[in-house]
Amino acid sequence: MEQYEKIYLYKRIVQSKLFIDRHFANNIDLNNIADEACFSKFHFIRLFKSIYGRSPHNYLVSVRIDNAKKLLTEGVSVLDASMRVGFDSVTSFAATFKKMAGKTPSAYRSQAIIKKHAIIANPLSAVPNCFAQTHGWIK
Amino acid sequence: MITKLSHLCIYVLNQDSAHDFYVNKLGFSVHTDAPMGEGARWLTVTPPEQPELEITLFLVAEGGMFDKETVATMTSLIKKGTFGAAVFTCNDLMATYQELIAKGVVFKKPPTKEFYGYEALFVDDSGNWFSLAQLNS
Repeated sequence: MEQYEKIYLYKRIVQSKLFIDRHFANNIDLNNIADEACFSKFHFIRLFKSIYGRSPHNYLVSVRIDNAKKLLTEGVSVLDASMRVGFDSVTSFAATFKKMAGKTPSAYRSQAIIKKHAIIANPLSAVPNCFAQTHGWIK
Repeated sequence: MITKLSHLCIYVLNQDSAHDFYVNKLGFSVHTDAPMGEGARWLTVTPPEQPELEITLFLVAEGGMFDKETVATMTSLIKKGTFGAAVFTCNDLMATYQELIAKGVVFKKPPTKEFYGYEALFVDDSGNWFSLAQLNS
C-alpha cells in the first residue's frame, strides 16, 4: 500500500493530532500545529485532511467541544467550560456548541446533571436486568 | 426481528485500569459510571462515532454467577489472551496504529493487508485482543 511507504509523514501528522489533543485549551493556531509537524501550512492542512477527513482547525474545534461536554456533565458552568477549553468568548462557544451538539450548552448541562442524579438515586436504572442478575445486584 | 446491538460485554480484570485504557488510549467516552455498592461498579463506554453502543467493562470478580473458581479460570484465560472480543474499524489504519503505539498500546500484529482491507491486532490492559481494521470501501 502506497501510504505505508510514508510512515514518517504519518508519524508527524499523528504527532500534530496528539499536539491538538494535549494543547486544545491553549491559544494555538494552525501555524503552531504546522510548526509542530514540521510542514508548511498548506501541505500540513492537505495531509491532515486526507488522514482525518477534516481540517486541523475543525478538528481542534471538535476536541474543544468534546471536552466542554465532559466539563458540563461534571457540573462546570457554561462560562467556565468555554474558557477552560480555549474559547475567547462565551457567545462564540455557545453558538459553536449548539451547531455541533444540537442543543445549547446550558440545555446539555441540565440534561446531563438530571441523568447523573437519576443514576445516583437509582443505579440499577442504568443496568439491564440480565447484567444486574449476573453480578448478583438483584435477587 | 433483531434490529441492532445496544450492549457488548468485555470482561476486564481491573476497572480503573480499563477506564484509563478505553478512555485515554482508545479515545472512547464514558456512557455510565455508576457505583453499585460494596465496591462494585457499572462502567460502560462508547466508541467515538457509535454513542448508542454501550461497551460494558465487566469486572471479573466474585459475586452473582461468578464463584471463586470461575473468577480464577476467567482471570487466567483473559491474561493468557484467549479472548478476541471485537472488531473495531477506523478510516485510516496507519494513522490510528501510529497514534495508539504513541500512547503505549501493545499490538500483536502490525497493519497487514487482508482480502477485506487492512488489519492490525491490539491487546487491552487485561489481555483481551481486538482486531482494528480499515475495510475496503
